[in-house]
Amino acid sequence: MTHILLRHRDVPDINKLSVYKKNGGFDAFKKAVTRMKPNEVTDVVKASGLKGRGGAGFPTGMKWAFIDKNNWPHYVVANADESEPGTFKDREIMESNPFQFLEGLAIACYAVGATVAYVYLRGEFWELAAFLDQKIAEMEEAGYLGDNLFGKDYSLRIFTHLGAGAYICGEETALLESLEGKRGQPRVRPPFPPSFGLYGKPTIINNVETFTNVPPIIANGADWYKNIGTADSAGVKVFSLSGRVRKPGNYELPFGSTFRNLIYEHGMGIQEGRPIKAIMPAGASSSLIVVDEKVLDTPMDYATVRTLGADLGSASVIVLDDTVDIDWVINKTIHFFKHESCGKCTPCREGNHWMRNLTERIHQGTGSGEDVSLLLNVAKQMQGKCLCALGEFATMAVVTGIERFPEDFKKAVKA
Amino acid sequence: MSLEKKYAKEIKQILAKYPPEHKRSAVMPLLYLAQREAGYINKEAMKEIAHLLDITETDVASIVGFYTLYHDRKAGKYRMQVCTDLPCALRGADEFLDKLCGNLGIKVGETTEDGLVTVESVMCLAACDRAPMFQTQGPDGIKYHEYMTVDRTMELIEALKGVKE
Amino acid sequence: MSKQVNLTINGKQVTAPEGMTVADAAKLAGIDIPVFCHHPKLEPVGMCRMCLVEIGRPMRDRNTGQFVMENGQPKIQFMPKLETACTNRVEEGLVVLTTTEKAVDGQRGTVEFLLTSHPLDCPICDKGGECPLQNLTMAHGPGKSRFNYNEKQHLDKMIPLGELIYLDRERCIQCARCIRFQDEVAGEAVLGFDDRGRYTQIISVSDPGFDSVFSGNTTDICPVGALTTTDFRFGARPWELDAQASICTQCPVGCNTTLNIRREAKAGGEVVVKRVMPRQNEEVNEIWLCDKGRFTYHYTEGKERLTKPMVRRDGKLARASWDAATKFAAEKFNAHKKDFVVLASGRLSNEDLFNLKSLADTAGGEAILYSDMGGGELTQLVGVGAGTNLGRMGKGDAILVIASDLYEEAPIWWLRVKQAADRGATLIVANPRTTKLDRFAKYHIHYAYGDEIKTIHDFGKKSRISDEFAKAKNAVIFYGSEGLGVNGTSALASACAVLLKESGHAGNANNGLIGVWQRANDQGAFEIGFRPVPNLEKALKGKAVYIAGADPVGDDPNLAKALESAKFVAVQELRETATTEIADVVLPAQAFTEREGTFVSGERRVQRYHAAVAPKGDSKPDYAITAMLAKQMGVILQGTSATVVFDILSNSVEAFNELSYDALAQVREQWPIVGRSDMYYGGTTYENTKGMGVQLLPMAQAGGTVRIPKVRKEAALRPKEKELLAVPANKLYDLGVTVRTAGFLDGRIGEMMISMHPSTAKKFGVEDGRKVKISFDGVSAEAPVRLDETVASGVALIRRGMGIAIHEPVIAKIGGRVKS
Ligand SMILES: Cc1cc2nc3c(=O)[nH]c(=O)nc-3n(C[C@H](O)[C@H](O)[C@H](O)COP(=O)(O)O)c2cc1C
Ligand code: SF4
Ligand code: FES
Repeated sequence: MTHILLRHRDVPDINKLSVYKKNGGFDAFKKAVTRMKPNEVTDVVKASGLKGRGGAGFPTGMKWAFIDKNNWPHYVVANADESEPGTFKDREIMESNPFQFLEGLAIACYAVGATVAYVYLRGEFWELAAFLDQKIAEMEEAGYLGDNLFGKDYSLRIFTHLGAGAYICGEETALLESLEGKRGQPRVRPPFPPSFGLYGKPTIINNVETFTNVPPIIANGADWYKNIGTADSAGVKVFSLSGRVRKPGNYELPFGSTFRNLIYEHGMGIQEGRPIKAIMPAGASSSLIVVDEKVLDTPMDYATVRTLGADLGSASVIVLDDTVDIDWVINKTIHFFKHESCGKCTPCREGNHWMRNLTERIHQGTGSGEDVSLLLNVAKQMQGKCLCALGEFATMAVVTGIERFPEDFKKAVKA
Repeated sequence: MSLEKKYAKEIKQILAKYPPEHKRSAVMPLLYLAQREAGYINKEAMKEIAHLLDITETDVASIVGFYTLYHDRKAGKYRMQVCTDLPCALRGADEFLDKLCGNLGIKVGETTEDGLVTVESVMCLAACDRAPMFQTQGPDGIKYHEYMTVDRTMELIEALKGVKE
Repeated sequence: MSKQVNLTINGKQVTAPEGMTVADAAKLAGIDIPVFCHHPKLEPVGMCRMCLVEIGRPMRDRNTGQFVMENGQPKIQFMPKLETACTNRVEEGLVVLTTTEKAVDGQRGTVEFLLTSHPLDCPICDKGGECPLQNLTMAHGPGKSRFNYNEKQHLDKMIPLGELIYLDRERCIQCARCIRFQDEVAGEAVLGFDDRGRYTQIISVSDPGFDSVFSGNTTDICPVGALTTTDFRFGARPWELDAQASICTQCPVGCNTTLNIRREAKAGGEVVVKRVMPRQNEEVNEIWLCDKGRFTYHYTEGKERLTKPMVRRDGKLARASWDAATKFAAEKFNAHKKDFVVLASGRLSNEDLFNLKSLADTAGGEAILYSDMGGGELTQLVGVGAGTNLGRMGKGDAILVIASDLYEEAPIWWLRVKQAADRGATLIVANPRTTKLDRFAKYHIHYAYGDEIKTIHDFGKKSRISDEFAKAKNAVIFYGSEGLGVNGTSALASACAVLLKESGHAGNANNGLIGVWQRANDQGAFEIGFRPVPNLEKALKGKAVYIAGADPVGDDPNLAKALESAKFVAVQELRETATTEIADVVLPAQAFTEREGTFVSGERRVQRYHAAVAPKGDSKPDYAITAMLAKQMGVILQGTSATVVFDILSNSVEAFNELSYDALAQVREQWPIVGRSDMYYGGTTYENTKGMGVQLLPMAQAGGTVRIPKVRKEAALRPKEKELLAVPANKLYDLGVTVRTAGFLDGRIGEMMISMHPSTAKKFGVEDGRKVKISFDGVSAEAPVRLDETVASGVALIRRGMGIAIHEPVIAKIGGRVKS
């Protein structure tokens, strides 16, 4: 199969402008600017069935159509914060196929009438930001960014902006706060960014991978894209596979591919051939899926994974084998969420602190059965109460871990 | 030393990225600039940045405090930040960190005697398929080091010793 | 009035203005939804998650937009999750449930989460007894902690954020009210959060710490005992305190206050003031108070208070009876009738000033106001109209501030003007220097000292600024005494009055002139007929002077000289001063905390204050002392009670004609609702039950003729080579007795200094910090130079009240030998 997103795996050096151009690069952007009205671009994206790849899976075209046309200027922001444990796809796209991402971003800008866009990268992507700056400069030089693009009355500039170590800045409103030079703490929603975004102006935020889908959609049409994947989830997805597999890495597969296909075909199976105990399909924020043969044969798309009691999220599939204790897993995830809780809202700030005390105690073997039920209770007390989804994410592995793997906890507290 | 004098050109470039009425947006890049000086951000730098952006020093300090890549205290010349988050831990990151610290004779969070390296344990760095891995945060910015072994890390430290300013 | 919408809360029909939050609408309807982060004066943030409720919305038909009906009622759709009442706005048909099992469980959960990090040290906490967290814990908290107490974080408990405010990190619940107050309301973001997650902590890294004159307000709105004042912490338990309504005596804003009092063994069983709290008056100070007003009541206490009348015998002051002392003074004044002068300040109440003025008038003496600022006759003509509320000014309105640094002179006006600008009012700041208000101004005019009148006249010419001012729906001018003395300010007031009249901005609410007076009741003194004089030294020389509420000897060596040569000096005062030291008779007066009376604010609002504590020694209210003295002089005045004096005053002074103490005691409904029972909502600000005062009608509104006296042209002062122009400017924390006595303010007072532009300093060959000698007009003083880029070149800026007697702009010389 040829890749749609990870095209560098088929076309060497596609991160060079000349190579990208030779392979049809910027044709879609040119087509949009010279032959389509902005709302026509949005309509094609809407019709393609593209959903956001940042985790929530919100229909992309619909989001673009929400932009408030009575308030200007408009901004577009690429979410390149990629901080979910287990996710490393956006990084590969930007490193190896940067122009396709930037072209997609440019098309989105045209579609919503933005003349300035920002790429918000997590601070650790320091070298990558410098690399993107260089690619952006090359685009400017080649006339793909700047004033009067393709001889039309359309101008566009793209800037990178580095975060500085805060998972919460992947949450779109925290990201905007951070980009405004503040502490990266989420805003109350509504209003949503398409009506109140960067500097209070209408703003479209999408994930890097989401944007990277756009050029081929514009080039090949909505129907072409819709025919890939499943009825629920159109197109392809880059799955970040990690954990106890033999060959971790990013794999671009059409939606509807099975876990078995991902883990055993692409990931070459489990280290030492051990059995899989659990899968976390959406990184540390994920529910734990108890694995059996049926689960392995489940097609991965947003709707079907939900039937397993989990969300596909950003499709960062962490595989746990039978050597892994779930009390250890949740101690790790809660350590992460406690560290990354922004502290703005009470349940997440206090709840993660409390949960971490409990998971640590339980994992160290000094906890009791009561501690386990208290932990479950505290997690549930957080659910549905937090200001943003981070607090919710924190409870996923805890609740599903305790409920779906009771044996592990019995063992942990047997003293 | 005044940042404004030393980095006049960079500051101008940074400010040009954002609408002039929202120059506060430049606080993060300016903090990186300030951190280049001594590996951490001192009070004078915060004051100067506050002044440049027309915000208060407390605003700046509060941003420094929020983000983990900004430091308000001196540490080793390089911060060696080992990812020990779940995916990396599933691939031996914890053992790697233990061994590395043993080799260096320090605990996590401590600095080697020569002041070269501070070893820290950090959250996921989006390199889960290449564990064990760490990043170095030093005068030359942030660099990733992936598929690491303790031996290769010790070699890297040797090499860092030779790096001139 | 904004559009009203109908909703139901717990089954009760509620009507609320569109755009209001559900939490506020509930409050309005008498339903309490617990909140911590929400404060009706701050933007909603929804971060504490205390106000979780169930919210249902009527379903609408997609096509018609009409409500979907079910059994004759709109069909309500509830969200699966609880929502925050503080961030959701009221909508037509909304259904809110705040006491269902689900909602209460959510609220209980939040309290439990907060308590996991809270020290539960209520028995030793200053907030104990008025703490929202304590109250909500009683209401919702779990009986027993499920959190392992040994795992509680232990944090620092006594962190000075500055000299005035302490932080207890264990008690802080991270609601950010204090940070948001400083940022949104005060416009001074000197508080922030450090770190994040469970490590989130309040910090202030300004220099000095918590560098804001509004800092005390954060202790009122802090919903726990995390922020306390240096002054009050460990001072008393809130439930031991009684309350009495008062008015701040520190500046012409006239903030409404409550004095918290308690009987104290330490004070020999006497009732003493423990703290000053804001009392709500949305038209004056809303629910705020500046730190000067909050912390400077200590001057009413202490050993220096005068308690007995004294008479000078054989060169020494000796105790005397009231009768003997007043008789002695009366004889002297009668003997020097031709030379009788009454010198009084705006520290006194209307009742005091009225009796003093009546005495002067009847005895044929002169009544002089002790002030460097004139123009009060003009505010009587075109002062702001009755109904003025700066809190209602915004888009389409204009505010001009000239020759005043409001932050230093009248902080709450500064705050309210800043907020009017936030709401879209055109703010024009005209001052020779940059002041803190400039940041919020649409236009700044930096004129040269001496060009004040010209600056106002320029509004008559066409320009963007003058156009916008003229076209404004409402316009207010604040004028002050920066760089000006009595003549300059009087002329400036006239020029402003003409501008207001000609642009049609006189005679209506939110239109007119406001004087930024140096004392709380200067406006009242003008109403009663006191006037300042341009040359006080001359006016006092060789006279028989009756001084009340002023310390000319301490303030100015020239005045000291003039009084030394006076025929006779009687002083009526609270405390020992340099003037009481040279007086022939000293009459001990009561402090504002010990008696009642009224003040007229700069917005010409007449407001009452009440007696809260017992008078010191034999002291009497000023109006009563004057009546006694008058009687001895053969003049009959009322002195039995303030009410009686006020009644006579209101009959004799036209502007006061309709007023009575009862009228001043009227209260109107105010929003937001604050009060003692629901401290989590508005904070510990006191509800106003004792009166909001009455604004006097300016002549322009009363329908009288408004004739504005011509502006006298004064030649601008032009320093020659080797000279410079010394100008006065005002300072909030000065060496005045009211500030100095609160020892913890020392750091904010600083020292006497001569500020000048670096180029000026260079020209005179002095460096920053070098002590120099400055001399002008018979005054000669030494002080260090401070370089200040905002001061115009060729100018030496000297703060009033810091030890160098400067009343108006003067030509000065620098140099001569300096003692080191
Ligand atoms: C705690 C948290 C972390 C998130 N991190 C990321 C991230 O790193 N990258 C990302 O693209 N979206 C992230 N999101 C999702 C964004 O809020 C947002 O939904 C997304 O950027 C929208 O883009 P999309 O529609 O293209 O997915 C995060 C959300 C939450 C609540
Ligand atoms: S849920 Fe956590 S991360 Fe989100 S606002 Fe609350 S404290 Fe911040
Ligand atoms: S979240 Fe509503 S009061 Fe704090």
